[in-house]
Amino acid sequence: MGEEDYYLELCERPVQFEKANPVNCVFFDEANKQVFAVRSGGATGVVVKGPDDRNPISFRMDDKGEVKCIKFSLENKILAVQRTSKTVDFCNFIPDNSQLEYTQECKTKNANILGFCWTSSTEIVFITDQGIEFYQVLPEKRSLKLLKSHNLNVNWYMYCPESAVILLSTTVLENVLQPFHFRAGTMSKLPKFEIELPAAPKSTKPSLSERDIAMATIYGQLYVLFLRHHSRTSNSTGAEVVLYHLPREGACKKMHILKLNRTGKFALNVVDNLVVVHHQDTETSVIFDIKLRGEFDGSVTFHHPVLPARSIQPYQIPITGPAAVTSQSPVPCKLYSSSWIVFQPDIIISASQGYLWNLQVKLEPIVNLLPDKGRLMDFLLQRKECKMVILSVCSQMLSESDRASLPVIATVFDKLNHEYKKYLDAEQSYAMAVEAGQSRSSPLLKRPVRTQAVLDQSDVYTHVLSAFVEKKMPHKFVIAVLMEYIRSLNQFQIAVQHYLHELVIKTLVQHNLFYMLHQFLQYHVLSDSKPLACLLLSLESFYPPAHQLSLDMLKRLSTANDEIVEVLLSKHQVLAALRFIRGIGGHDNISARKFLDAAKQTEDNMLFYTIFRFFEQRNQRLRGSPNFTPGEHCEEHVAFFKQIFGDQALMRPTTF
Amino acid sequence: MAAAAAGAGSGPWAAQEKQFPPALLSFFIYNPRFGPREGQEENKILFYHPNEVEKNEKIRNVGLCEAIVQFTRTFSPSKPAKSLHTQKNRQFFNEPEENFWMVMSKDGKPVIEYQEEELLDKVYSSVLRQCYSMYKLFNGTFLKAMEDGGVKLLKERLEKFFHRYLQTLHLQSCDLLDIFGGISFFPLDKMTYLKIQSFINRMEESLNIVKYTAFLYNDQLIWSGLEQDDMRILYKYLTTSLFPRHIEPELAGRDSPIRAEMPGNLQHYGRFLTGPLNLNDPDAKCRFPKIFVNTDDTYEELHLIVYKAMSAAVCFMIDASVHPTLDFCRRLDSIVGPQLTVLASDICEQFNINKRMSGSEKEPQFKFIYFNHMNLAEKSTVHMRKTPSVSLTSVHPDLMKILGDINSDFTRVDEDEEIIVKAMSDYWVVGKKSDRRELYVILNQKNANLIEVNEEVKKLCATQFNNIFFLD
Repeated sequence: MGEEDYYLELCERPVQFEKANPVNCVFFDEANKQVFAVRSGGATGVVVKGPDDRNPISFRMDDKGEVKCIKFSLENKILAVQRTSKTVDFCNFIPDNSQLEYTQECKTKNANILGFCWTSSTEIVFITDQGIEFYQVLPEKRSLKLLKSHNLNVNWYMYCPESAVILLSTTVLENVLQPFHFRAGTMSKLPKFEIELPAAPKSTKPSLSERDIAMATIYGQLYVLFLRHHSRTSNSTGAEVVLYHLPREGACKKMHILKLNRTGKFALNVVDNLVVVHHQDTETSVIFDIKLRGEFDGSVTFHHPVLPARSIQPYQIPITGPAAVTSQSPVPCKLYSSSWIVFQPDIIISASQGYLWNLQVKLEPIVNLLPDKGRLMDFLLQRKECKMVILSVCSQMLSESDRASLPVIATVFDKLNHEYKKYLDAEQSYAMAVEAGQSRSSPLLKRPVRTQAVLDQSDVYTHVLSAFVEKKMPHKFVIAVLMEYIRSLNQFQIAVQHYLHELVIKTLVQHNLFYMLHQFLQYHVLSDSKPLACLLLSLESFYPPAHQLSLDMLKRLSTANDEIVEVLLSKHQVLAALRFIRGIGGHDNISARKFLDAAKQTEDNMLFYTIFRFFEQRNQRLRGSPNFTPGEHCEEHVAFFKQIFGDQALMRPTTF
Repeated sequence: MAAAAAGAGSGPWAAQEKQFPPALLSFFIYNPRFGPREGQEENKILFYHPNEVEKNEKIRNVGLCEAIVQFTRTFSPSKPAKSLHTQKNRQFFNEPEENFWMVMSKDGKPVIEYQEEELLDKVYSSVLRQCYSMYKLFNGTFLKAMEDGGVKLLKERLEKFFHRYLQTLHLQSCDLLDIFGGISFFPLDKMTYLKIQSFINRMEESLNIVKYTAFLYNDQLIWSGLEQDDMRILYKYLTTSLFPRHIEPELAGRDSPIRAEMPGNLQHYGRFLTGPLNLNDPDAKCRFPKIFVNTDDTYEELHLIVYKAMSAAVCFMIDASVHPTLDFCRRLDSIVGPQLTVLASDICEQFNINKRMSGSEKEPQFKFIYFNHMNLAEKSTVHMRKTPSVSLTSVHPDLMKILGDINSDFTRVDEDEEIIVKAMSDYWVVGKKSDRRELYVILNQKNANLIEVNEEVKKLCATQFNNIFFLD
């Protein structure tokens, strides 16, 4: 298996902490993603390391008994430590506030605290075996205020910090889940739902284990993931992951089933909206994308792994510290170790080795693992860091060795432009809303975010097409590809940029395919623009009809009348230029000198006479006299006229 | 013929009502180099129609033409005589390849009308040039035949081609359009056009032996992969010979028993207009007409495959060295047939939408002929239907002659101009020429004056030609 085959990897720079051992307890806080290393109950030091802050927080606290749970509130303002089953201790980390510890006991009598979760920098939830209690911490008063509580029997709980939802397991079978949502001092109870347990042998009591449940946000929606070791319905013995959609409002609904087709020990992560399922027995992982098309049975969609199972890319433990000698080779890390603990969404912790990694998806190897280009595009377009990979896929499918067929190329372009168009539409409706002044009244109005999946014409031109046309590919293929891209843009009603048209023209001209070019222009496939018209003008010497095409285009633009006059004058078609400008009613504002110059150059005296007379008449009409004003600088033309036709030929002022 | 009857019913005049239909008297091809000495004159003659003419008369006629050309050359070395008018007949000369002369003569019954028959001169000269182009399309150049098999082969080819072709030459129905030799383009929106492009590119890719493709709808061109001049003559062949020959089976309808016999074709309406008639017949002949293109340059010999579904026709041209097998034809049928059928109905639908959007077109007060020398685009509301045997025009032949006169005037000068003619019985004829475009309008307005006619034509240009640069 080549290195390019691994599509999952551990992040390069893990969070390193002191290994768990009898004197050093390690805790992980899912909300702040911090690892706490508590030595001797805190007496010899607590070191807190997060993924972002490279500077760990270190402090000491008195050893008041075994620490069961330790977490900072958001922004590291207040530290909460649970040491007994009835109380939680607090300590302010806010400057100017007393650092003396204060304690809160759970309100419900005879209840045991299972744990606690911070929902903001000063709000905390206690989960007891008899319900939940929602408190506000008042650090300056060193006390807590109960905001709300709710009684019910709790087996275990789970917290999803991204969506501020706590899930409580209730009932004997532990399979009825009660979600609560927290926001700015309020606690709302969401509809409870039941997880269908698989049929189990009669001897064992079926129950829902905490280990088989995970919560994660996928494509902006909160899901409860249930790892079902034995399929309920089908005869296959393979395990599956059932995704329950937990909406903000309304009931939870079973939506997706991910077929694992294997049994054993699994662990789940969610990375870049992909569900990653690790399988310990085979030491491999598979990924699922619920946005990819699956088999829909009327209520749930069944998904299969997007790609064949692969191990996480082998990882070398970097050697740091004074022990690091260059000759010493790095130690390979044991992957899928039984000491690994995974947390949502993408965290893998090896407490015994003292590492916290973020799991990452590598897109480049996937390009070769997913032969169906349409599906590959669907997959890539949903990924965060997809832009360069997509562009390289595009370049690859146009390369000589990996050339894709035109229908495939068309599909890829269509998928890109679908995404591009969605963004353009969102952008446009935003712009319209702003213009209409809705921005002040509606706080919901947000400027659409341009994700990496938005590949516009300039991206495709710069990274794919401009290099592609330079290659020695058969020109038929080159033109077919360019036309396919233009077709796709048109299909999505996206205005095509003129540089794409120029690319088409350049390619056609290079191969002397002027007649093809002519036909494209005839059917307005290459949209009218001034630059294009000028380009056509420059082609006249190679292909005379280009002149006509250019003039037609300028005419259609209807903003290029000056250009038309210039073109005609440069061709010595002085009369035609004059007739044109008169036809559009612009003859009162044109420079007489320019036309007389052009007429003189033709060395056609009669033409000069006609033009001269025209301007004399104009002068008469506009100013009541046929004479030219000094500002028109026509003295030499008047002299020339007199020289050829005599003084008496000048128009006489009409007097009334 | 049904079409002719319908046309004659709606138009006041039909060409066949002309009193003196001009007839072809003789048609011959010679090369003076082949028999320079006395006694060898017969060797000069490569083809002579009618063949029944006595040998000495043939030699005499050829000798006369040679002498006329030689004589006129002294006055105009680069442009020797093009036509000769005599009391009895009229002769047209053309030298398409060096020293190869084609001569056509038609009867010249004295014309009572006052107009000088300039139109007809230009028309017949064009017809003669077209004869050569058509020969060349299917046989290659004279020179190539000489290289391949000497005079013998050339004579055989000429005999084989012209024997049949001259029978289809209907001089009486030739008019201004024969001078133009234009191509009628099918009006289409950009998106549908791009779909067609995409279809052509995909077909060329999957049928990888295809060198060029042309696409037509309703006998009008949409795309040509061939160069303009080759397409011009191929278009002429398709629209005046091949397509009309296949109208009958099409009129028979899709549900006719003919189709029911071909179970393989049930999903689509595609069929070969050249090549095999029945793909299920294992002995079906896959012979396609050969055509010659780019004869000045790369000299390519191609098989012409014409395939049609409903009103859409595609011409696939493949190198003559490749012999299309029945398997290839079946593959083509299975790939092209379904897609072309869908495309044809798309085009039809789009065309109807566009027509509806442009509003209900009332029968206008005028008829016009438009031609653009640059892309050979022609448009005529004068002609009802152009078939090889009849040109059905809706205007009086005299008006057609005026059009020809104006055209001759236009040919003489390079500059843009406009000519307005008051014809008999309230008719006005207007000719406009602007940057290699020509427009001829026939108006019938009682008591109209020059200014009003001018205004009418301006209006016409504004509505019909608003997207091109056409000086008023």
